[in-house]
Amino acid sequence: MGVEILKEKYRSEVREVVLGATAEEGGTRSHTIKVGGETTLPFLHFEGTVPNRPVIAMEVWDIFPEDWPENLKEAFGDVLSDPAAWAKKCVEDFGADMVALRFKSADPDIKNATPEELIPVLKKVLEAVKVPLIVYGCGKPEKDNEIIGPLAESAEGENLLLGVAEQDNFKAVASAAMAYKHSIIAKSPIDINIAKQLNIRISELSTPLLDRIIIDPTIAALGYGLEYAYSIMERARFGALNGDRMLAMPLIGDVGHEVWSKKEAVITDEPSWGEQAERSLAWEATTAMALLQGGVDIVVMRNPGAVALVKKNIDDLMQDNNY
Amino acid sequence: MIIIGERINGMFNDIAQAIRDKDPKPVQEWARKQEAMGAGYLDINVGPAIADRVSAMKWLVEVTQEASKLPLCLDSTDYDAIEAGLELCKQPAMINSVPAIQEKMDRVFTMAQKFNAEVIGLAMNEEGIPKDAESRLALAMELVANCDAYGIPLDKLYIDPLALPCNVGQDHGPEVLETLRQIKLLSDPPPKTTIGLSNISQGTKNRPLINRIFAVMAMGAGLDSAIADACDEDLMAAVATARIILNMDIYCDSYIDVFMSQNQ
Repeated sequence: MGVEILKEKYRSEVREVVLGATAEEGGTRSHTIKVGGETTLPFLHFEGTVPNRPVIAMEVWDIFPEDWPENLKEAFGDVLSDPAAWAKKCVEDFGADMVALRFKSADPDIKNATPEELIPVLKKVLEAVKVPLIVYGCGKPEKDNEIIGPLAESAEGENLLLGVAEQDNFKAVASAAMAYKHSIIAKSPIDINIAKQLNIRISELSTPLLDRIIIDPTIAALGYGLEYAYSIMERARFGALNGDRMLAMPLIGDVGHEVWSKKEAVITDEPSWGEQAERSLAWEATTAMALLQGGVDIVVMRNPGAVALVKKNIDDLMQDNNY
Repeated sequence: MIIIGERINGMFNDIAQAIRDKDPKPVQEWARKQEAMGAGYLDINVGPAIADRVSAMKWLVEVTQEASKLPLCLDSTDYDAIEAGLELCKQPAMINSVPAIQEKMDRVFTMAQKFNAEVIGLAMNEEGIPKDAESRLALAMELVANCDAYGIPLDKLYIDPLALPCNVGQDHGPEVLETLRQIKLLSDPPPKTTIGLSNISQGTKNRPLINRIFAVMAMGAGLDSAIADACDEDLMAAVATARIILNMDIYCDSYIDVFMSQNQ
Protein backbone atom coordinates (compact mmCIF):
# COMPACT_ATOMS: atom_id res chain seq x y z
CA MET A 1 0.00 0.00 0.00
CA GLY A 2 1.35 3.39 -0.98
CA VAL A 3 1.97 6.01 1.65
CA GLU A 4 0.56 9.41 0.94
CA ILE A 5 3.06 12.15 1.70
CA LEU A 6 1.21 15.07 3.24
CA LYS A 7 2.35 18.37 1.88
CA GLU A 8 1.47 21.79 3.19
CA LYS A 9 0.50 24.37 0.59
CA TYR A 10 1.58 27.92 1.35
CA ARG A 11 0.21 31.10 -0.19
CA SER A 12 3.42 32.99 -0.44
CA GLU A 13 7.19 32.87 -0.28
CA VAL A 14 10.23 34.53 1.26
CA ARG A 15 11.63 37.45 -0.71
CA GLU A 16 14.85 36.79 -2.57
CA VAL A 17 17.58 39.31 -1.76
CA VAL A 18 20.72 39.79 -3.85
CA LEU A 19 23.91 40.75 -2.00
CA GLY A 20 26.96 42.28 -3.61
CA ALA A 21 27.27 43.74 -7.10
CA THR A 22 29.47 42.76 -10.04
CA ALA A 23 31.11 45.27 -12.38
CA GLU A 24 28.06 45.18 -14.65
CA GLU A 25 25.87 46.06 -11.68
CA GLY A 26 28.04 48.92 -10.50
CA GLY A 27 30.26 47.11 -8.01
CA THR A 28 33.51 45.17 -8.02
CA ARG A 29 32.45 41.75 -6.68
CA SER A 30 33.30 38.65 -8.73
CA HIS A 31 29.78 37.34 -8.14
CA THR A 32 26.61 38.12 -6.23
CA ILE A 33 24.93 35.95 -3.62
CA LYS A 34 21.21 35.35 -3.49
CA VAL A 35 19.52 34.48 -0.23
CA GLY A 36 15.89 33.68 0.61
CA GLY A 37 13.25 32.72 -1.94
CA GLU A 38 12.04 29.70 0.06
CA THR A 39 8.49 28.52 -0.64
CA THR A 40 8.40 26.13 2.32
CA LEU A 41 9.91 25.61 5.75
CA PRO A 42 13.67 25.00 5.97
CA PHE A 43 14.97 22.18 3.78
CA LEU A 44 11.58 20.57 3.07
CA HIS A 45 12.63 20.08 -0.55
CA PHE A 46 9.83 17.57 -1.06
CA GLU A 47 7.24 20.20 -0.29
CA GLY A 48 8.50 23.37 -1.95
CA THR A 49 11.67 24.97 -3.20
CA VAL A 50 14.70 26.13 -1.28
CA PRO A 51 16.36 27.87 -4.22
CA ASN A 52 19.37 29.30 -2.40
CA ARG A 53 21.67 27.63 0.07
CA PRO A 54 22.22 29.33 3.39
CA VAL A 55 25.55 31.16 3.44
CA ILE A 56 28.30 31.59 5.99
CA ALA A 57 29.87 34.98 6.58
CA MET A 58 33.10 35.01 8.59
CA GLU A 59 33.80 37.87 10.91
CA VAL A 60 36.78 40.17 10.35
CA TRP A 61 37.65 43.02 12.72
CA ASP A 62 39.48 46.20 11.85
CA ILE A 63 41.59 45.88 15.01
CA PHE A 64 43.43 42.97 16.61
CA PRO A 65 40.83 40.97 18.60
CA GLU A 66 42.62 41.20 21.93
CA ASP A 67 39.81 39.54 23.91
CA TRP A 68 39.45 36.45 21.76
CA PRO A 69 40.57 33.22 23.45
CA GLU A 70 43.94 31.82 22.43
CA ASN A 71 42.57 28.85 20.50
CA LEU A 72 40.46 31.12 18.32
CA LYS A 73 43.35 33.50 17.62
CA GLU A 74 45.69 30.62 16.83
CA ALA A 75 43.31 29.33 14.18
CA PHE A 76 44.02 32.42 12.10
CA GLY A 77 47.84 32.51 12.48
CA ASP A 78 49.36 35.93 11.92
CA VAL A 79 46.67 37.71 9.90
CA LEU A 80 44.60 39.18 12.73
CA SER A 81 46.36 42.55 12.66
CA ASP A 82 45.68 42.98 8.95
CA PRO A 83 41.94 43.02 8.03
CA ALA A 84 42.66 42.52 4.31
CA ALA A 85 44.86 39.45 4.90
CA TRP A 86 42.39 38.17 7.51
CA ALA A 87 39.49 38.49 5.04
CA LYS A 88 41.52 36.78 2.32
CA LYS A 89 42.29 33.87 4.61
CA CYS A 90 38.61 33.49 5.53
CA VAL A 91 37.62 33.27 1.88
CA GLU A 92 40.55 31.34 0.41
CA ASP A 93 41.50 28.99 3.24
CA PHE A 94 38.25 28.59 5.15
CA GLY A 95 35.71 28.88 2.33
CA ALA A 96 33.66 31.77 3.73
CA ASP A 97 30.83 32.75 1.37
CA MET A 98 30.92 36.31 2.65
CA VAL A 99 33.05 38.47 4.92
CA ALA A 100 31.47 40.41 7.80
CA LEU A 101 33.71 43.40 8.46
CA ARG A 102 33.21 44.84 11.94
CA PHE A 103 34.55 48.34 12.60
CA LYS A 104 35.44 47.86 16.26
CA SER A 105 37.97 50.69 16.22
CA ALA A 106 35.14 53.22 15.80
CA ASP A 107 34.01 52.48 19.37
CA PRO A 108 34.49 55.69 21.42
CA ASP A 109 35.87 53.53 24.25
CA ILE A 110 38.41 51.78 22.01
CA LYS A 111 39.94 54.09 19.38
CA ASN A 112 37.05 56.34 18.43
CA ALA A 113 38.28 56.07 14.84
CA THR A 114 36.88 58.56 12.33
CA PRO A 115 35.30 57.70 8.97
CA GLU A 116 38.48 58.96 7.30
CA GLU A 117 40.44 56.28 9.16
CA LEU A 118 37.89 53.54 8.42
CA ILE A 119 37.32 54.08 4.71
CA PRO A 120 40.82 52.90 3.64
CA VAL A 121 40.29 49.69 5.61
CA LEU A 122 37.02 49.02 3.82
CA LYS A 123 38.69 49.72 0.46
CA LYS A 124 41.55 47.34 1.23
CA VAL A 125 39.19 44.54 2.20
CA LEU A 126 37.10 45.14 -0.93
CA GLU A 127 40.29 44.79 -2.94
CA ALA A 128 41.55 41.73 -1.09
CA VAL A 129 38.38 39.65 -1.46
CA LYS A 130 35.78 39.57 -4.21
CA VAL A 131 32.90 38.05 -2.24
CA PRO A 132 29.94 40.23 -1.11
CA LEU A 133 30.56 42.03 2.19
CA ILE A 134 28.64 42.72 5.37
CA VAL A 135 29.67 45.92 7.14
CA TYR A 136 28.97 46.38 10.83
CA GLY A 137 29.73 49.46 12.89
CA CYS A 138 31.07 49.29 16.43
CA GLY A 139 27.66 48.52 17.94
CA LYS A 140 27.16 51.93 19.56
CA PRO A 141 24.30 53.58 17.65
CA GLU A 142 25.37 57.22 18.07
CA LYS A 143 28.81 56.56 16.67
CA ASP A 144 27.60 54.13 14.04
CA ASN A 145 25.24 56.79 12.67
CA GLU A 146 28.27 59.03 12.07
CA ILE A 147 30.33 56.42 10.23
CA ILE A 148 27.75 54.48 8.23
CA GLY A 149 27.02 57.25 5.70
CA PRO A 150 30.65 57.92 4.73
CA LEU A 151 31.43 54.18 4.61
CA ALA A 152 28.41 53.52 2.41
CA GLU A 153 29.32 56.42 0.13
CA SER A 154 32.91 55.23 -0.25
CA ALA A 155 31.65 51.87 -1.53
CA GLU A 156 28.76 53.19 -3.60
CA GLY A 157 27.21 50.54 -5.81
CA GLU A 158 28.87 47.56 -4.08
CA ASN A 159 25.54 46.50 -2.54
CA LEU A 160 27.09 45.91 0.86
CA LEU A 161 24.89 44.49 3.58
CA LEU A 162 24.89 47.34 6.10
CA GLY A 163 24.32 46.67 9.78
CA VAL A 164 22.30 47.52 11.72
CA ALA A 165 18.98 49.38 11.54
CA GLU A 166 17.01 49.30 14.79
CA GLN A 167 13.58 50.48 15.86
CA ASP A 168 14.72 53.79 17.33
CA ASN A 169 17.65 54.18 15.03
CA PHE A 170 17.11 53.17 11.45
CA LYS A 171 17.13 56.35 9.44
CA ALA A 172 20.91 56.74 9.06
CA VAL A 173 21.46 53.17 7.88
CA ALA A 174 18.35 53.08 5.69
CA SER A 175 19.19 56.43 4.10
CA ALA A 176 22.76 55.30 3.43
CA ALA A 177 21.48 52.11 1.80
CA MET A 178 19.00 54.07 -0.28
CA ALA A 179 21.46 56.72 -1.44
CA TYR A 180 24.41 54.46 -2.24
CA LYS A 181 22.63 51.26 -3.33
CA HIS A 182 23.28 48.89 -0.48
CA SER A 183 21.16 46.40 1.48
CA ILE A 184 20.45 46.56 5.21
CA ILE A 185 20.14 44.42 8.29
CA ALA A 186 16.98 45.28 10.27
CA LYS A 187 17.55 44.19 13.83
CA SER A 188 14.88 43.66 16.49
CA PRO A 189 15.26 42.48 20.10
CA ILE A 190 13.80 38.94 19.87
CA ASP A 191 10.41 40.51 19.21
CA ILE A 192 8.40 39.59 16.12
CA ASN A 193 6.11 42.62 16.42
CA ILE A 194 9.04 45.03 16.43
CA ALA A 195 10.66 43.14 13.54
CA LYS A 196 7.53 43.69 11.48
CA GLN A 197 7.04 47.30 12.54
CA LEU A 198 10.66 48.15 11.75
CA ASN A 199 10.30 46.78 8.23
CA ILE A 200 7.16 48.86 7.77
CA ARG A 201 8.93 52.00 8.92
CA ILE A 202 11.86 51.33 6.60
CA SER A 203 9.42 50.76 3.73
CA GLU A 204 7.74 54.09 4.51
CA LEU A 205 11.12 55.69 3.92
CA SER A 206 11.61 53.81 0.66
CA THR A 207 9.41 51.06 -0.75
CA PRO A 208 12.17 49.51 -2.94
CA LEU A 209 14.21 48.88 0.23
CA LEU A 210 11.69 46.15 1.14
CA ASP A 211 13.53 43.89 -1.28
CA ARG A 212 16.90 44.73 0.28
CA ILE A 213 16.20 43.99 3.94
CA ILE A 214 17.63 41.07 5.90
CA ILE A 215 15.99 40.53 9.30
CA ASP A 216 18.25 40.01 12.30
CA PRO A 217 15.76 38.78 14.91
CA THR A 218 18.61 38.78 17.49
CA ILE A 219 19.70 35.25 18.05
CA ALA A 220 20.96 33.73 21.28
CA ALA A 221 23.68 31.18 21.88
CA LEU A 222 22.97 27.62 22.91
CA GLY A 223 21.94 27.68 26.57
CA TYR A 224 21.10 31.40 26.50
CA GLY A 225 17.64 31.44 24.95
CA LEU A 226 18.37 29.83 21.61
CA GLU A 227 14.86 28.43 21.65
CA TYR A 228 13.34 31.93 21.86
CA ALA A 229 15.32 33.02 18.84
CA TYR A 230 14.31 29.83 17.08
CA SER A 231 10.61 30.33 17.76
CA ILE A 232 10.72 33.94 16.56
CA MET A 233 12.36 32.82 13.33
CA GLU A 234 9.82 30.07 12.90
CA ARG A 235 6.95 32.49 13.46
CA ALA A 236 8.39 35.00 10.99
CA ARG A 237 8.78 32.23 8.42
CA PHE A 238 5.21 30.99 8.87
CA GLY A 239 4.08 34.61 8.51
CA ALA A 240 6.11 34.99 5.30
CA LEU A 241 4.77 31.77 3.80
CA ASN A 242 1.21 32.74 4.69
CA GLY A 243 1.42 36.06 2.90
CA ASP A 244 2.79 38.54 5.45
CA ARG A 245 4.97 40.63 3.13
CA MET A 246 6.39 42.65 6.02
CA LEU A 247 8.01 39.57 7.50
CA ALA A 248 8.96 37.86 4.26
CA MET A 249 12.63 38.76 4.42
CA PRO A 250 15.60 36.40 4.67
CA LEU A 251 17.12 36.02 8.15
CA ILE A 252 20.62 36.57 9.51
CA GLY A 253 22.10 35.28 12.78
CA ASP A 254 25.11 36.91 14.42
CA VAL A 255 26.30 33.58 15.82
CA GLY A 256 29.98 34.19 16.53
CA HIS A 257 29.29 37.39 18.42
CA GLU A 258 26.76 35.66 20.69
CA VAL A 259 28.64 32.42 21.29
CA TRP A 260 32.08 33.84 22.00
CA SER A 261 30.83 36.06 24.81
CA LYS A 262 29.58 33.03 26.75
CA LYS A 263 31.58 31.28 29.45
CA GLU A 264 31.06 27.87 27.89
CA ALA A 265 33.04 29.01 24.87
CA VAL A 266 35.92 30.72 26.65
CA ILE A 267 36.63 29.22 30.11
CA THR A 268 39.77 27.07 30.12
CA ASP A 269 40.09 26.08 33.79
CA GLU A 270 37.03 23.87 34.12
CA PRO A 271 38.24 20.33 33.46
CA SER A 272 34.83 18.75 34.06
CA TRP A 273 33.48 20.70 31.04
CA GLY A 274 35.97 19.09 28.68
CA GLU A 275 38.61 20.79 26.64
CA GLN A 276 37.89 24.44 25.80
CA ALA A 277 38.95 24.33 22.14
CA GLU A 278 36.65 21.43 21.35
CA ARG A 279 33.84 22.78 23.53
CA SER A 280 33.85 26.25 21.96
CA LEU A 281 33.88 24.80 18.47
CA ALA A 282 30.91 22.58 19.26
CA TRP A 283 29.08 25.50 20.93
CA GLU A 284 29.36 27.73 17.88
CA ALA A 285 28.59 24.96 15.35
CA THR A 286 25.59 23.66 17.31
CA THR A 287 24.12 27.14 17.68
CA ALA A 288 24.47 27.76 13.93
CA MET A 289 23.01 24.37 13.01
CA ALA A 290 19.97 24.87 15.25
CA LEU A 291 19.33 28.25 13.63
CA LEU A 292 19.58 26.71 10.15
CA GLN A 293 16.67 24.50 11.15
CA GLY A 294 14.79 27.64 12.20
CA GLY A 295 15.27 29.19 8.78
CA VAL A 296 18.35 31.39 9.04
CA ASP A 297 19.73 32.34 5.61
CA ILE A 298 23.04 33.92 6.67
CA VAL A 299 25.13 32.86 9.68
CA VAL A 300 27.96 35.09 10.84
CA MET A 301 30.68 32.96 12.45
CA ARG A 302 34.21 33.10 13.84
CA ASN A 303 35.90 29.73 14.31
CA PRO A 304 37.15 28.14 11.04
CA GLY A 305 36.64 24.68 12.52
CA ALA A 306 33.01 25.41 13.30
CA VAL A 307 32.58 26.94 9.85
CA ALA A 308 33.80 23.68 8.25
CA LEU A 309 31.29 21.66 10.27
CA VAL A 310 28.41 23.95 9.42
CA LYS A 311 29.32 23.95 5.72
CA LYS A 312 29.15 20.17 5.74
CA ASN A 313 25.82 20.36 7.55
CA ILE A 314 24.46 22.75 4.89
CA ASP A 315 25.67 20.40 2.14
CA ASP A 316 23.71 17.58 3.74
CA LEU A 317 20.59 19.69 4.30
CA MET A 318 20.56 20.87 0.70
CA GLN A 319 20.37 17.29 -0.60
CA ASP A 320 17.10 16.69 -2.34
CA ASN A 321 14.68 14.82 -0.07
CA ASN A 322 11.89 14.34 -2.57
CA TYR A 323 9.95 11.15 -2.25
CA MET B 1 -11.27 37.43 6.47
CA ILE B 2 -11.64 38.27 2.80
CA ILE B 3 -13.81 41.25 1.94
CA ILE B 4 -15.84 41.00 -1.25
CA GLY B 5 -16.39 44.66 -2.13
CA GLU B 6 -20.12 45.25 -2.64
CA ARG B 7 -20.09 48.64 -4.30
CA ILE B 8 -20.31 47.76 -8.04
CA ASN B 9 -24.01 47.06 -7.92
CA GLY B 10 -26.80 48.49 -10.06
CA MET B 11 -28.77 48.95 -6.86
CA PHE B 12 -26.65 52.06 -6.36
CA ASN B 13 -27.78 54.98 -8.50
CA ASP B 14 -24.35 55.92 -9.80
CA ILE B 15 -23.66 52.39 -11.06
CA ALA B 16 -27.16 52.05 -12.59
CA GLN B 17 -26.61 55.35 -14.39
CA ALA B 18 -23.14 54.25 -15.53
CA ILE B 19 -24.57 51.06 -17.02
CA ARG B 20 -27.27 53.02 -18.87
CA ASP B 21 -24.76 55.56 -20.23
CA LYS B 22 -21.97 53.00 -20.84
CA ASP B 23 -19.76 55.29 -18.79
CA PRO B 24 -16.94 53.20 -17.26
CA LYS B 25 -15.71 55.96 -14.97
CA PRO B 26 -17.83 55.41 -11.84
CA VAL B 27 -17.38 51.63 -12.09
CA GLN B 28 -13.62 51.87 -12.43
CA GLU B 29 -13.33 54.45 -9.66
CA TRP B 30 -15.14 52.13 -7.26
CA ALA B 31 -13.03 49.20 -8.43
CA ARG B 32 -9.81 51.06 -7.66
CA LYS B 33 -11.08 52.49 -4.39
CA GLN B 34 -12.21 49.12 -3.06
CA GLU B 35 -8.96 47.48 -4.12
CA ALA B 36 -6.95 50.21 -2.39
CA MET B 37 -8.93 49.68 0.81
CA GLY B 38 -8.05 46.00 0.99
CA ALA B 39 -10.92 44.20 -0.76
CA GLY B 40 -10.05 40.68 -1.93
CA TYR B 41 -12.78 40.32 -4.57
CA LEU B 42 -15.09 42.75 -6.33
CA ASP B 43 -18.79 41.90 -6.43
CA ILE B 44 -20.37 42.69 -9.80
CA ASN B 45 -24.15 43.06 -9.88
CA VAL B 46 -26.08 44.72 -12.71
CA GLY B 47 -28.97 45.57 -10.40
CA PRO B 48 -32.71 44.97 -10.63
CA ALA B 49 -33.70 47.62 -13.16
CA ILE B 50 -31.65 46.55 -16.18
CA ALA B 51 -33.51 44.83 -19.01
CA ASP B 52 -30.60 43.20 -20.83
CA ARG B 53 -28.70 41.66 -17.93
CA VAL B 54 -26.37 39.59 -20.10
CA SER B 55 -24.87 42.50 -21.99
CA ALA B 56 -24.80 44.68 -18.87
CA MET B 57 -22.85 41.97 -17.01
CA LYS B 58 -20.39 41.58 -19.88
CA TRP B 59 -19.80 45.30 -19.98
CA LEU B 60 -19.31 45.55 -16.19
CA VAL B 61 -16.86 42.65 -16.17
CA GLU B 62 -14.82 44.18 -18.96
CA VAL B 63 -14.56 47.69 -17.60
CA THR B 64 -13.88 46.47 -14.05
CA GLN B 65 -11.01 44.27 -15.19
CA GLU B 66 -9.46 47.25 -16.96
CA ALA B 67 -9.17 49.02 -13.60
CA SER B 68 -8.42 46.27 -11.10
CA LYS B 69 -6.48 43.03 -10.87
CA LEU B 70 -8.82 41.60 -8.21
CA PRO B 71 -10.86 38.47 -8.97
CA LEU B 72 -14.57 39.11 -9.54
CA CYS B 73 -17.66 37.79 -7.80
CA LEU B 74 -20.46 37.68 -10.38
CA ASP B 75 -23.70 38.40 -8.59
CA SER B 76 -26.99 37.67 -10.31
CA THR B 77 -30.04 35.44 -10.22
CA ASP B 78 -29.80 35.31 -14.02
CA TYR B 79 -27.40 32.45 -14.71
CA ASP B 80 -27.11 33.35 -18.39
CA ALA B 81 -25.68 36.69 -17.30
CA ILE B 82 -23.23 34.95 -14.96
CA GLU B 83 -22.12 32.53 -17.63
CA ALA B 84 -21.57 35.37 -20.11
CA GLY B 85 -19.51 37.16 -17.46
CA LEU B 86 -17.46 34.06 -16.60
CA GLU B 87 -16.40 33.75 -20.23
CA LEU B 88 -14.78 37.16 -20.00
CA CYS B 89 -13.07 36.79 -16.62
CA LYS B 90 -9.28 36.78 -16.88
CA GLN B 91 -8.86 34.75 -13.70
CA PRO B 92 -11.07 32.27 -11.83
CA ALA B 93 -14.10 34.10 -10.49
CA MET B 94 -16.78 33.47 -7.89
CA ILE B 95 -20.43 32.76 -8.68
CA ASN B 96 -22.88 34.58 -6.41
CA SER B 97 -25.01 32.56 -5.76
CA VAL B 98 -26.97 29.32 -5.74
CA PRO B 99 -29.65 28.13 -3.29
CA ALA B 100 -30.08 24.46 -2.35
CA ILE B 101 -32.51 23.86 -5.18
CA GLN B 102 -31.55 20.93 -7.38
CA GLU B 103 -32.02 22.36 -10.86
CA LYS B 104 -30.17 25.56 -9.91
CA MET B 105 -27.33 23.61 -8.28
CA ASP B 106 -27.01 21.51 -11.44
CA ARG B 107 -26.72 24.61 -13.59
CA VAL B 108 -24.31 26.47 -11.30
CA PHE B 109 -21.95 23.63 -10.40
CA THR B 110 -21.70 22.70 -14.08
CA MET B 111 -20.67 26.28 -14.83
CA ALA B 112 -18.27 26.34 -11.89
CA GLN B 113 -16.61 23.19 -13.13
CA LYS B 114 -16.29 24.54 -16.65
CA PHE B 115 -14.82 27.90 -15.60
CA ASN B 116 -12.89 26.73 -12.51
CA ALA B 117 -15.02 29.15 -10.49
CA GLU B 118 -15.78 29.33 -6.79
CA VAL B 119 -19.43 29.23 -5.70
CA ILE B 120 -21.44 30.95 -3.00
CA GLY B 121 -24.14 28.54 -1.82
CA LEU B 122 -27.14 29.94 0.05
CA ALA B 123 -28.63 28.04 2.98
CA MET B 124 -32.15 28.33 1.59
CA ASN B 125 -34.44 26.43 -0.78
CA GLU B 126 -37.90 26.68 -2.35
CA GLU B 127 -39.36 27.17 1.10
CA GLY B 128 -37.24 30.18 1.85
CA ILE B 129 -34.79 30.89 4.65
CA PRO B 130 -34.94 28.43 7.55
CA LYS B 131 -35.53 29.63 11.07
CA ASP B 132 -32.87 27.70 12.93
CA ALA B 133 -29.28 26.57 12.63
CA GLU B 134 -30.11 22.90 12.15
CA SER B 135 -32.24 23.49 9.07
CA ARG B 136 -29.62 25.86 7.66
CA LEU B 137 -26.97 23.16 8.17
CA ALA B 138 -29.14 20.56 6.42
CA LEU B 139 -29.29 22.81 3.36
CA ALA B 140 -25.56 23.52 3.62
CA MET B 141 -25.00 19.77 3.56
CA GLU B 142 -27.02 19.49 0.36
CA LEU B 143 -24.80 22.14 -1.20
CA VAL B 144 -21.68 20.33 0.00
CA ALA B 145 -22.88 16.99 -1.37
CA ASN B 146 -23.72 18.47 -4.77
CA CYS B 147 -20.46 20.40 -4.98
CA ASP B 148 -18.56 17.22 -4.20
CA ALA B 149 -20.60 15.22 -6.73
CA TYR B 150 -19.48 17.64 -9.44
CA GLY B 151 -15.86 17.05 -8.42
CA ILE B 152 -15.35 20.62 -7.25
CA PRO B 153 -12.96 20.94 -4.29
CA LEU B 154 -15.01 21.81 -1.21
CA ASP B 155 -12.82 24.75 -0.31
CA LYS B 156 -14.15 26.46 -3.45
CA LEU B 157 -17.64 26.44 -1.96
CA TYR B 158 -18.63 29.37 0.26
CA ILE B 159 -21.76 28.78 2.32
CA ASP B 160 -23.81 31.85 3.18
CA PRO B 161 -26.07 31.05 6.17
CA LEU B 162 -28.10 34.18 5.34
CA ALA B 163 -28.45 36.90 7.92
CA LEU B 164 -31.72 38.78 8.24
CA PRO B 165 -32.07 42.39 9.34
CA CYS B 166 -31.65 42.45 13.09
CA ASN B 167 -34.70 44.65 13.57
CA VAL B 168 -37.10 42.18 11.96
CA GLY B 169 -35.41 38.79 12.38
CA GLN B 170 -33.65 39.22 15.67
CA ASP B 171 -34.00 35.55 16.55
CA HIS B 172 -31.97 34.60 13.46
CA GLY B 173 -28.76 36.19 14.81
CA PRO B 174 -27.69 33.40 17.17
CA GLU B 175 -28.80 30.78 14.60
CA VAL B 176 -26.58 32.31 11.93
CA LEU B 177 -23.57 32.37 14.28
CA GLU B 178 -24.21 28.77 15.32
CA THR B 179 -24.47 27.74 11.66
CA LEU B 180 -21.11 29.35 10.93
CA ARG B 181 -19.52 27.36 13.77
CA GLN B 182 -20.96 24.04 12.65
CA ILE B 183 -20.42 24.38 8.90
CA LYS B 184 -16.76 23.60 9.48
CA LEU B 185 -17.77 20.15 10.75
CA LEU B 186 -19.66 19.18 7.59
CA SER B 187 -16.73 17.88 5.59
CA ASP B 188 -12.96 17.57 5.43
CA PRO B 189 -11.72 19.85 3.98
CA PRO B 190 -14.66 21.97 5.12
CA PRO B 191 -16.43 24.47 2.89
CA LYS B 192 -15.71 28.13 3.42
CA THR B 193 -18.25 30.62 4.66
CA THR B 194 -19.42 34.04 3.59
CA ILE B 195 -22.18 36.43 4.49
CA GLY B 196 -23.96 39.41 2.96
CA LEU B 197 -22.90 41.60 5.83
CA SER B 198 -25.03 44.70 5.23
CA ASN B 199 -28.24 42.62 5.37
CA ILE B 200 -27.95 42.55 9.13
CA SER B 201 -28.50 46.30 9.39
CA GLN B 202 -31.19 46.91 6.71
CA GLY B 203 -33.65 49.51 7.91
CA THR B 204 -31.85 50.27 11.16
CA LYS B 205 -30.18 53.40 12.46
CA ASN B 206 -26.40 53.36 12.78
CA ARG B 207 -25.86 50.69 10.14
CA PRO B 208 -22.03 50.87 10.17
CA LEU B 209 -21.85 50.02 13.88
CA ILE B 210 -24.19 47.04 13.51
CA ASN B 211 -22.28 45.83 10.44
CA ARG B 212 -18.91 45.87 12.10
CA ILE B 213 -20.02 44.33 15.37
CA PHE B 214 -21.66 41.54 13.39
CA ALA B 215 -18.51 41.14 11.28
CA VAL B 216 -16.26 40.53 14.27
CA MET B 217 -18.76 38.27 16.03
CA ALA B 218 -19.10 36.20 12.86
CA MET B 219 -15.30 36.08 12.50
CA GLY B 220 -15.17 34.69 16.02
CA ALA B 221 -17.55 31.97 14.82
CA GLY B 222 -15.22 31.19 11.91
CA LEU B 223 -16.48 33.41 9.06
CA ASP B 224 -14.03 33.35 6.12
CA SER B 225 -15.35 36.18 3.96
CA ALA B 226 -18.09 38.77 3.67
CA ILE B 227 -19.74 40.80 0.97
CA ALA B 228 -19.35 44.20 2.50
CA ASP B 229 -18.49 47.87 2.10
CA ALA B 230 -14.71 47.80 1.71
CA CYS B 231 -14.65 51.59 1.85
CA ASP B 232 -16.00 51.65 5.42
CA GLU B 233 -12.73 52.38 7.20
CA ASP B 234 -14.07 51.56 10.64
CA LEU B 235 -15.27 48.19 9.37
CA MET B 236 -11.90 47.41 7.81
CA ALA B 237 -10.13 48.46 11.03
CA ALA B 238 -12.43 46.19 13.05
CA VAL B 239 -11.73 43.27 10.70
CA ALA B 240 -7.98 43.91 10.88
CA THR B 241 -8.22 43.94 14.69
CA ALA B 242 -10.27 40.75 14.81
CA ARG B 243 -7.60 39.08 12.65
CA ILE B 244 -5.01 40.03 15.28
CA ILE B 245 -7.14 38.73 18.16
CA LEU B 246 -7.73 35.48 16.25
CA ASN B 247 -3.96 35.15 15.59
CA MET B 248 -4.49 35.26 11.84
CA ASP B 249 -1.98 38.09 11.35
CA ILE B 250 1.14 38.90 13.33
CA TYR B 251 0.69 42.04 15.40
CA CYS B 252 2.68 45.20 14.80
CA ASP B 253 1.80 48.79 15.65
CA SER B 254 0.74 49.57 12.07
CA TYR B 255 -1.38 46.45 11.61
CA ILE B 256 -4.44 48.36 10.35
CA ASP B 257 -2.44 50.10 7.62
CA VAL B 258 -0.83 46.79 6.70
CA PHE B 259 -4.25 45.14 6.35
CA MET B 260 -5.62 47.93 4.21
CA SER B 261 -2.54 48.13 1.99
CA GLN B 262 -2.39 44.40 1.30
CA ASN B 263 -3.32 44.89 -2.36
CA GLN B 264 -0.53 47.39 -3.01
